[in-house]
Amino acid sequence: MFPELNNLLNTTPDRAEQGKLTLLCDANTDGSFLVHHFLSFYLKANCKVCFVALIQSFSHYNIVGQKLGVSLTVARECGQLVFLEGLKSSVDVFFRAQAEPHPLQFLREANAENLQPLYEFVREALKPVDDGEAAWRCPVLLVDDLSVLLSLGMGAVAVLDFIHYCRATVCWERKGNIVALVHDSGDTEDEENNILLNGLSHQSHLILRAEGLATGFCRDVHGQLRILWRTPSQPTTQRDWSLTYQYKIQDKSVSFFAKGMSPAVL
Amino acid sequence: MESVLALRGLVLLRDSVEWEGRSLLKALIKKAALGLVYYDLFRDPLNWAQTGEALPGGPLGALQAMCERTDPGPVTVALDSLSWLLLRLPCAALCQALCAMSRQHACRGGGPAAEQLCVLGLLHRELHGPGPMGALSSLAQAEVTLSGTAGQASAHMLRRRPRQRPTLETLWFSVLPDLSLDLQGGPPLESQPHPDPHTPQVDPASHLTFNLHLSKREREAKDSLTLPFQFSSEKQQALLRPGPSPATSRIFYEPDAFDDLDPEDPDGDLDV
Repeated sequence: MFPELNNLLNTTPDRAEQGKLTLLCDANTDGSFLVHHFLSFYLKANCKVCFVALIQSFSHYNIVGQKLGVSLTVARECGQLVFLEGLKSSVDVFFRAQAEPHPLQFLREANAENLQPLYEFVREALKPVDDGEAAWRCPVLLVDDLSVLLSLGMGAVAVLDFIHYCRATVCWERKGNIVALVHDSGDTEDEENNILLNGLSHQSHLILRAEGLATGFCRDVHGQLRILWRTPSQPTTQRDWSLTYQYKIQDKSVSFFAKGMSPAVL
Repeated sequence: MESVLALRGLVLLRDSVEWEGRSLLKALIKKAALGLVYYDLFRDPLNWAQTGEALPGGPLGALQAMCERTDPGPVTVALDSLSWLLLRLPCAALCQALCAMSRQHACRGGGPAAEQLCVLGLLHRELHGPGPMGALSSLAQAEVTLSGTAGQASAHMLRRRPRQRPTLETLWFSVLPDLSLDLQGGPPLESQPHPDPHTPQVDPASHLTFNLHLSKREREAKDSLTLPFQFSSEKQQALLRPGPSPATSRIFYEPDAFDDLDPEDPDGDLDV
């Protein structure tokens, strides 16, 4: 996790809020550093994490996680992390008997209407342990990313329904959190992606939007992060619920600074 | 806001990602609630759990059943959200259901529908195209559009009354933690946004290895300097007056051994 980002969000692993949906969004840049941040953040916060990873392999996330101080292998072995490796298990779908349910079953069906099998997988993965002792703090669902589900043939409403059910179970029933990444292609003609992005934005408590600089590529400033809190904790005081920072990604950390205040130009 | 509750019919609460309307909807529900009846369609709206508890007909059936179960008399129905229904149902079906609700209620109540039923619907502006938004607008008796400035939320209310011109009113408000409404009189006094307290107020000239500041003497010298192309009248006259000698500057050049000055091609670049 990146300590500077924790400071901006005013949170630490010990004080993580519960019952929240955080939307990560990137436009003209790669926002996956936010996914790595939240993965290591919640593992360090001793939460049980279900990671639906559709974009990269397990070893990729593990390598980056080790730079950030967490071992995904150890977490998976001790049961803290349930990892759905989309790239590998998508192949399994075709070699399984059709009767067996599989979370990525929609890949096999010509007219898959919903993502209920994937939701059932998440619900099962984050089921509370029955032995009476709460081993982990709260359940967390992390999805990287939701836009690829649109590319794989699901409609935006089906993906919204999936997140709706996950919210009902993970956030409301089990007081856990959800973090999901959606790409913003910036293409106004991509209606499905716009419906997905806007629909999720309205359900989110916190939106982190990583954008490329309008002026183009820069070696010292990799992009700009806009933070939007949608449910303010103190509605009476005039508070800043939208902040914008620029950032530079380094090998093991990300540094944030106010716009135009990059150390390279001062 | 009481004027909104005094209205009957369909009231659209149009919010956006930046200015959310759910807290206002909750505040209005709290004000209207004489006996609140809550229909939980959040946990399993599509009947994935197959528990047998789901209402027949899905959410649309629930909407129709909702009004059939209530007693005649003033009723407030709050829908969180209309956008959810509009994304999953055909727009025409939803509009017909909303019209049928008010008609059914009127038949039971014995009075005109407009006096009996208020339907508060939360609608997210970015999610729908102009067609469905326009269709719902044409059905609505009032539209409350949420926006804001400088950290203060505002509600622009457009009310349509039969046989009268539509009225537009703007209210500045905030919703307190106990879901009560705090109405402000008018727009915020400051028109400029507050300086962002999170942005560190850094003086860029503070930690540098070179000096960017001017001393008093240097500043005076700088201020008294005339710029070369700033023409005062004396300078203009001096330039226009011909100089005392026509050739005050000359160039002296001694060609060396390697120079081959051709008077017809002094630069030596004509390839003839």
